Amino acid sequence: MKWALAALAAILAFAAPDFFALANLRDLALANLATLIVACGLLLVILAGEIDISVGSQFALCGWAIGFAPWAAPLAGAACGLMNGLLCGALRLPSIVVTLATMVALRDAIRWLTQGAWTRMPDGFQWFGLGQTQGQWLLIAASAALALAMGWALRNVRVMRFFYAVGASGESARLTGIPVARVRVLAFAALGLLTGLAALLNAVRFTEVQPSAGIGLELKAIAAVVVGGASIRGGRGTMLGTVLGVALLGTIGAALAFLGFSAYWEKAIQGAIILAAALAEYWEARRA
Amino acid sequence: MIRAVDVSRSFGAIRALANVTFDAQPGEVHALVGENGAGKSTLIKILTGALEPDAGTVERAGAVAAVYQQPALFGELSVAENIALLTERDSRRWLVDWSMREANARRALSRIGAEIDPRRLANTLSLPEQQMVEIAKAVATDARTVIFDEPTASLPEADSARLFDVVAELKAQGRALIYISHRLEELFRIADRVTVLRDGRRIVTNAIGEVTRASLIGQMAGREVDTMVPARETKPGEVRLRAPGLEVRAGEIVGLAGLVGAGRTELARRLFAEDAAALVPEDRRRNGVIGPMPVSDNVGLAALKTFLVDRVAERRSAESFRERLAIKCAGVDAPVETLSGGNQQKVALARWLATNPGALILDEPTQGVDVGAKAEICRLIAGLADGGMAVLLISSELPELLGLCDRIAVMRRGAIVATFHRSEAEPSRILEAMLGAAA
Repeated sequence: MKWALAALAAILAFAAPDFFALANLRDLALANLATLIVACGLLLVILAGEIDISVGSQFALCGWAIGFAPWAAPLAGAACGLMNGLLCGALRLPSIVVTLATMVALRDAIRWLTQGAWTRMPDGFQWFGLGQTQGQWLLIAASAALALAMGWALRNVRVMRFFYAVGASGESARLTGIPVARVRVLAFAALGLLTGLAALLNAVRFTEVQPSAGIGLELKAIAAVVVGGASIRGGRGTMLGTVLGVALLGTIGAALAFLGFSAYWEKAIQGAIILAAALAEYWEARRA
Repeated sequence: MIRAVDVSRSFGAIRALANVTFDAQPGEVHALVGENGAGKSTLIKILTGALEPDAGTVERAGAVAAVYQQPALFGELSVAENIALLTERDSRRWLVDWSMREANARRALSRIGAEIDPRRLANTLSLPEQQMVEIAKAVATDARTVIFDEPTASLPEADSARLFDVVAELKAQGRALIYISHRLEELFRIADRVTVLRDGRRIVTNAIGEVTRASLIGQMAGREVDTMVPARETKPGEVRLRAPGLEVRAGEIVGLAGLVGAGRTELARRLFAEDAAALVPEDRRRNGVIGPMPVSDNVGLAALKTFLVDRVAERRSAESFRERLAIKCAGVDAPVETLSGGNQQKVALARWLATNPGALILDEPTQGVDVGAKAEICRLIAGLADGGMAVLLISSELPELLGLCDRIAVMRRGAIVATFHRSEAEPSRILEAMLGAAA
């Protein structure tokens, strides 16, 4: 995966050096920022051996919550995540079913709440009142800091290490004395919080957000985590891998355009990359 | 120190342990022996606290750790972290102190003389190395009692010798050790006392100096032969199943004895694939019947050869087997999971009988069924053989084999090492062959 990204960068540097213009990189970073932050949270859930496909709907709900106050977004996200977490982690309902239900239910809840209308952002909210240029760099710096902090925490915070153990074997983790249910709930709640944060940082760029925001976001983020080398079965994955996964999947479309290919190839190539990641895991498992 | 007093435990109708008293003192190695199914695993689970006894008490001084034949480490985590997850289980720290973790792991590993880099991921370790890490976990948590459950079963000779050194070291450190092994000669090297379990009961506890290999085998095997089945007249026909050292003829019941891991199930699967015999697999819940599906579908599954299911014929066949095998169920529409263990086993049997096989392989057909159902299944098997079926019966219960089989073949390490005729089959001789020649 690292090599795929390096190869893409090398081809671009040779064939389309304009790709590396600061403005282009900045726009790409802004376009992928929400995916990156959500993928940070999804990494935790996937490490713990679970899945959450409701993040796109959570994202829209959090965007609507900003209409009341900016801090309401992460709060709403954490509440959604906590609900998913209690259903999956405490009651042990299958997470694909629970989050399928919350994905659908939350999406229609937001349509009903807004009656389909766009939500106006509070006055002075845009760019946090900083102006476009500074605001843009602030967003990029904030998400980079978040990813760095998450990478550090996954290595050095004790409870974050539990995600690996729980995902590898819930039963072994339980016998080791790890509070397995609480760890699972925490993963979902943290993902909700981060989704709210992603909605907040994303909305800063606009004056209004739409109720259909975040459709397909869950697939992008899951794909990035998996392409980043995390095992969908849980227990394995890194923050660095996830960042590279977001970068590879998020830039491939723009890169194609710079190289003169049709944009219609984007999804096909993304699919091929995801499949390649799955095959890579298969080969690795066979070798071991 | 650890002591279990008068502990009993049942699983459903099966009594796994009955009034067993067992202890291990500091600085002592207490060996525990018995055939498959004698109750050793249940006793260990009760000693470690993984299982509660139905009756009786367990006193533990200090922590108890267990080292199993198959280590269960977190493969994606380092050796140091695998150890730390246990030692830090009551820790209130927020952050990981990696250098402390590594130092602790290094100290625990060096106390048992193991040279393993604590930073390595557990999935890069060999099996003996993983076992050393499991032992290091016990040392790091300062477990006062360490239980070894067949630790050498999958170890090469040289690594076994290393393990005995570690056992001696732990003993010298004043820990109480419990050691389970089928390799009896090991016990004479390392054990101080030995207890024999049979059928969930403690038969005897002796100082190791007072027993011999032969006396242990005699106590493990017991004397009783199952008389649940009346003696049969056998008229063997043509050979229906064939493997190196093994032939099963029509009308015959041949038993296959061996320790867990001797290769009996593998042989059964090979015969199933090559000789088109019907195989009723062990662990029926996982391999045998499909719980949520009705009895009729379960019976029809293997005989099904057409694209569309003939539901009427399937029902008729299920009803006839229900009568023939006396399957007790609310009806052939009842899900199999609502039946008792013995009746589930009969459904698994019916599925294969419905294919009209010439030979039948039964892998532990009476595992986990109560005594009454056991006798019924044994009579069923005898009846099938009388009707001209060639039967290969895999069982860990010697009395069952002795009572039912015309001949008993013994497997060890993947090969058949001995065959006994009904007239010459004696429990201790069969057990002797299962365990291997005395070293």
